[in-house]
Amino acid sequence: MDTFFQQVINGLVLGSLYALIALGYTMVYGILNLINFAHGDVLMIGALTALTSILLLKAQFPDLPGWILLIAGMVVAIPTCVVASLIIERVAYRPLRGAPRLAPLITAIGVSIVLQTVAMLIWGRNYMTFPSLLPSDPIEVFGATVTVTKLVVIGLSAVIMIGLMVLVNRSKLGRAMRATAENPRVAGLMGVDPNMVIMITFAIGASLAAVAGVMLAATYSVAHFYMGFMPGLKAFTAAVLGGIGNIPGAMVGGLLLGLIEALGAGYIGELTGGVLGSHYQDVFAFVVLCAVLILRPSGLLGERVADRA
Amino acid sequence: MSLFFPSLRNKPAAAIAATFVVAAVLIAAPFIVGTMGNAGVRALAFAALYVMLALGLNIVVGFAGLLDLGYIAFYAVGAYMYALLASPHLTSNFPALAAMFPQGFHNSIWMVIPLGAAVAAFFGVVLGAPVLKLRGDYLAIVTLGFGEIIRIFLNNLNAPLNLTNGPQGITLIDPVNIAGVSFARTLDLGFVKLPSVYLYYYLFLLLTVITIVVCIRLQDSRLGRAWMAIREDDIAAKAMGINVRNVKLLAFALGATFGGVSGTMFAAFQGFVSPESFSLMESVIVLAMVVLGGLGHIPGVILGAVLLSLFPELLRHTVVPVQEQLFGRIIIDAEVLRMMLYGLAMVVIMLYRPKGLWPAPEHGVNPSTRGSAKAGATG
Repeated sequence: MDTFFQQVINGLVLGSLYALIALGYTMVYGILNLINFAHGDVLMIGALTALTSILLLKAQFPDLPGWILLIAGMVVAIPTCVVASLIIERVAYRPLRGAPRLAPLITAIGVSIVLQTVAMLIWGRNYMTFPSLLPSDPIEVFGATVTVTKLVVIGLSAVIMIGLMVLVNRSKLGRAMRATAENPRVAGLMGVDPNMVIMITFAIGASLAAVAGVMLAATYSVAHFYMGFMPGLKAFTAAVLGGIGNIPGAMVGGLLLGLIEALGAGYIGELTGGVLGSHYQDVFAFVVLCAVLILRPSGLLGERVADRA
Repeated sequence: MSLFFPSLRNKPAAAIAATFVVAAVLIAAPFIVGTMGNAGVRALAFAALYVMLALGLNIVVGFAGLLDLGYIAFYAVGAYMYALLASPHLTSNFPALAAMFPQGFHNSIWMVIPLGAAVAAFFGVVLGAPVLKLRGDYLAIVTLGFGEIIRIFLNNLNAPLNLTNGPQGITLIDPVNIAGVSFARTLDLGFVKLPSVYLYYYLFLLLTVITIVVCIRLQDSRLGRAWMAIREDDIAAKAMGINVRNVKLLAFALGATFGGVSGTMFAAFQGFVSPESFSLMESVIVLAMVVLGGLGHIPGVILGAVLLSLFPELLRHTVVPVQEQLFGRIIIDAEVLRMMLYGLAMVVIMLYRPKGLWPAPEHGVNPSTRGSAKAGATG
C-alpha cells in the first residue's frame, strides 16, 4: 500500500506540472489550430534563466531565504518566457496563418531546435544542479514521504488553474478568447482584436510554462538544455487526452497522465515479473496517446470532432 | 527535372549526353575527393545514404502529405535487422542458437536487404493502420512517439533477454560481401585499386539510382497520382473513388521500405549500430532535407539531402580553424552550429520559400483561384 500512496503523490506532482504545460498547448491550439512545438523549449528557457538568476542572487545575498529566491526566479523567468514566446509567435507563426498546416508545424520544429541550441551555447551541454531552496525534510502522509517542494507544486498549480478558469469564464478578456477560438473572423466583427487575443494567449501559455519549468527543475533538482522536450511531448499527450482545445480537459488530462505514468512505473516491474522495468516510464505516455487517438480522438472532455479536414 | 536537365522527349540527344556527364562525374567523384583522404569519400557515401532516406521520407511527406516525425525508426529497424542477422551477437548470447548455427549468423546481404525492407514495411503498416484517420498534426506527434518508443526499446532490450545489447550497441557486424568480394578489403581490379570506402560509395550510388528510378516511376503511376490527390484534399480524393486508407498505408509501407534498406546499408558500412544513431534529431534532419530541397519534388529532395549531408563536413573544416584563429579557442562547437543553422533554415525556408529551394513546377494552377480556395478553406 505504501508504494501506492507514494506513487499517487508522485503522480499528482508530475500531473500538475503536465497540466500547467498542457494548458499552454491547448489554449494556443484552441485558437489557432496549431501545435506549438516550441512550447516545451520555452519552459526550458524559463527554468534556465530562473536558475541563473537564483545563483546570481544567492552569490550576492547569501542569507536570503529559499522561498524568496524561488519567487525571484519565477519573477525573472515569466517575463523572459513571455517575451520569447511573443517573438516566436510574431516571427514564426503569424506570417504563416492560413498557410497549409504543415508549414507552421515545420517552423515550430525549427524554432524548437534553435531554442535548444541557443540554450546549449549559453548554458552549456551539461546537466546543472538546481539548488534545493525549500526545506527538504520529508513529511509522512499515509506512509508516503512528501517534500515541501512537492506540496508547493501541487498547491500552486491548483491555485493557478482555478485562477485561469475564472479568467477564461468570468472576465471580458476570457470571453474574447472564447469568441476568437470559436471563430476569429466573427470575433473580429464583434470588436475583438484577434491578434491581441492571440498574443495574450501566447503570453499566458508562456507564463504557465515558466512556472512549470521552474517547479520542474526545483522538484527534480536538475536543469539542462533538453529538459523541455519530454515534458512538452507528454503535456501535449495530456492535452489530447483531455480533448485538445478544452481548458478543463487539459487539467484533467495532465493529472490523469501523471497518475498513469507514476503508477505504471511503480507497478510495471511487479506486473511483468521483472521483465519490463521502470525505465519504460516514457512509453506509457505514447501508449496512452495512441489509445486515445484511436478510441476517442476528441479526448475525454472534448466535444469537437477532431477530424476537421 | 526540366529546369537544368534537358527532357528526354524534347531533346533526346542532349538528355542522353547530360546523363553520361552526370554519371561520369559521380563515378569519378571518389577519385577526385579521395586525393584529400578517405574521409571525403566517406562523406560522399553518407550523402548517397541520406539521399535514399530523404527520398523514402519524401514518399510519405512529400507525395502523400503525411507528416512523419519518426521516420528514423524504420532506418533503425533495418540497421538492427542486419546487425542481428550478420554478427556474432545473437549466437554468443543464446547458446541454443549457437548450437543450431555452429557457423554463427553470417547471412548474405541478398537475404538481409529484402528481409529488412519487409520488416520495415511491416512496421510502417503497424504504425500507419491505427493513426491514418488522424489529421496531419496529430499524425506528426504519434509518429514522433513511435520513433521514441523504438529507441527506448533498443536502449533497454538488453535485459532480461539480451536482444539489442542496450546502449552499447552491436559490434562486429559483417561487411557487405557480394559474389565473393568482401567490401572490407581493397579490391584490386588490375588497372585500379578500390579501397573499401570506394566500394561502399559505388554500392550506395547504385542503390540510390535504383531508388530514384523507383520514386520517379511511383510518382507518375496511378498510385503516385492518388497520393498527390490525397495530399491536396483527401475528401475530394475519396469522392473520386480513391481508397484513401489503403493508399495511405502503401505510402507508409513504401517509405518505410526505403528507410529499412538504407538502415541495413548503414549497419554494414559502419560495422556497428547503437541506439544513439537513431535519435529524434536524425528524423528531423532527414525531414529538413526533404523540406529544404522541395517537398514532393525528387530533384529538389536530392539536392536538399546532398547539401545538408555535406554541409557539416564543410562546417567541421571551416568553423573550428576559423574560431581558433580569431579567438584562440572554440566558442561554438561545429555540431551545435550545424543544428542551429538547420533550425534557422527550417524557419526561414518555410517563411520565404515554403516550397523549398528547388520546388516542383506547378501544373496549370491559376494563382488567383488558388488564393481564394485557400482563404475559403481557412475561414
